[in-house]
Amino acid sequence: MRNSIISVIAYILLAPIAGGLLEGIDRKISARMQRRVGPPLLQPFYDVAKLFKKQVISVTNAQTFLLLSYLVFMVLTGSMFFAGSDILLCMFVLSTAAMFLYFASTVTSSPYSTIGASRELIQMIAYEPAVLMACVGFYLVDGSFEIHEIASSPVSSIFNLPGVFAAFVFIITIKMRKSPFDISTSHHAHQEIVKGITSEMGARNLALFTVTEWYENVFLMGVIGLFVVNKNPYSYISALFVVVIVYFLEILIDNTSARMKQREMLKLSWAVTLVLAGSNIWILMLIK
Amino acid sequence: MFEIKRSPWVLHYDGSSCNGCDIEVLACLTPVYDAERFGIINTGDPMQADILLITGGINSQNAPVVKQLYDQMPRPKVVCAVGVCACTGGIFKDCYNILGGADTVIPVDIYVPGCAARPQAIIDGIVKAVDLFEKRLEEHKQWVAEHENREKTDKSAAAKQPQKAQQPAGETAKAQSQNSAQRRSKNAKGRKTAKRRKK
Ligand code: SF4
Repeated sequence: MRNSIISVIAYILLAPIAGGLLEGIDRKISARMQRRVGPPLLQPFYDVAKLFKKQVISVTNAQTFLLLSYLVFMVLTGSMFFAGSDILLCMFVLSTAAMFLYFASTVTSSPYSTIGASRELIQMIAYEPAVLMACVGFYLVDGSFEIHEIASSPVSSIFNLPGVFAAFVFIITIKMRKSPFDISTSHHAHQEIVKGITSEMGARNLALFTVTEWYENVFLMGVIGLFVVNKNPYSYISALFVVVIVYFLEILIDNTSARMKQREMLKLSWAVTLVLAGSNIWILMLIK
Repeated sequence: MFEIKRSPWVLHYDGSSCNGCDIEVLACLTPVYDAERFGIINTGDPMQADILLITGGINSQNAPVVKQLYDQMPRPKVVCAVGVCACTGGIFKDCYNILGGADTVIPVDIYVPGCAARPQAIIDGIVKAVDLFEKRLEEHKQWVAEHENREKTDKSAAAKQPQKAQQPAGETAKAQSQNSAQRRSKNAKGRKTAKRRKK
C-alpha cells in the first residue's frame, strides 16, 4: 500500500520532468539525424514556461475546463497504472481522457480543429484494438488484470507475448502522433490543417496540452516496461533498456517516414494488430 | 533561466512577393542555418505564434488578412518585415494594387532589407526581434495590471452607484427604441420606394 502511494506521488511529480526531458532528447536526436545542431535539451520546458506567460486568447472558456479534465484523467490513468491497479480500467480511463481532448477541440467550432478532432477519433479507432489485445494477453499469460501481479510474475510477459508487444509498439506511434501517423496534429512545422487538433489552443491551453502529453508518454513507456518486468528486481533495469530502445525506434520512424492517409493508417494498424497480436493470442489460447 | 526569449515561435506570412524571400525564410530552417538552435519553430498557427515574419508587399486583397493574423496573435508579439517588398513595397511599389510595405496595415518592429534578404540577415532580424520580445513581456505585464485595475474600479464604481447607473441606461434604452422605431419606419419607406421603382 505504502509503496503504491509513493509511486503515485513520484509519478505525479516526476512524470512532467521525465516527459519534458524525453521530448528534449527527442528533438535533439531528430536534429542530429537531420545533421542539425538542434535546440537545447531543456527547450520543451522553455516553451511551456513561455506559453504560461502569454496573453490568454481563447474562443470559449469551456476549452480550458475540458483541457484540465483531459489533464486530470491522464494523471489518473498514470497514477492507477503506477499504483498497480487494474490495467483494463487504466485503458478505459485513458480513452475517457482522449474524449475530453476531442471535446476541447470541437468546442471551438473552428474547421481546422474540428477536422483534427475527427482525425483524432480515427486514430483512436486505429489503436484501441491493439490496446485491448495487450490487456487480454496479460490476462492469459499472468492470470490477472492487476498490474502489481503482472509485474511480479515469474517470467517476463514479453516471452509469451512477442506479437502483442510488437503490435503495441506499432500503435504507440499512432498514440504519440509520430510521423507516419501524425495526422490529427503534427510536431513538425505545419500541415494542411494548420495545427489540427491544437489549432485553437494558444498560450496557457497549449501548455496544458503539452504537459498532458508528457504525462501520457511516460505512462505509455510504463506499459512498454510492464512487458519486461518480472519478480526479479534486476528486470527493471532491462525494462528501462527496452524502453530506451523503443523510444529511439519511435524517433527513427518519425524521421524516416512521410505522413500516411488516414484510411491507410486504419487498414495497416488493424492488419498489424490482427496478424501479430491476434495470432499470438490465438496460439496462447491453444496452448493453455 | 526560463526567459521567454528562449522560445520564439514564428508565423510566416507571404504577402505579395516574388517568392524569393519565402525560399530564404525556409532556408533558415535547413541544416545549413538551423534556426531551431535558438528555439525558433516555424508554426502555422497565429494563436501560438510570437513573431510575425512578413515577406512581400501589402495589396488591397491581403491587407485585411495580415491585420487579422496580427490581431489573432496573443501578446507579447513582434513583427518582422523581411525583404524590400515587405519594408516598402519594393519592386512592386508602383503596381496599381499595392498599398506599400507591411507597415501600411500593422506596426512593424524590425525591418530586414535585401532582395532577396539573405538567411543570415533574416536570422539576425529574428534574433533582434527576440530581444524585443523579452521587452514586450514587461509592457504586457503592465497592460495586464492596468487592465485588471480598470476592471476592478469599473466594478466597484458600478456597485457604489447602482441607481444612478440605471437611469441613464434606461434613457439610452428609450432613445435606442425610438431610434430603432425611426429606422424601421425609414426602412418601411425604403421598401415602399423600392416597390414603386419595381412598378
Ligand atoms: S524583396 Fe526581392 S526577393 Fe524578396 S519578395 Fe521582394 S522582389 Fe522577391
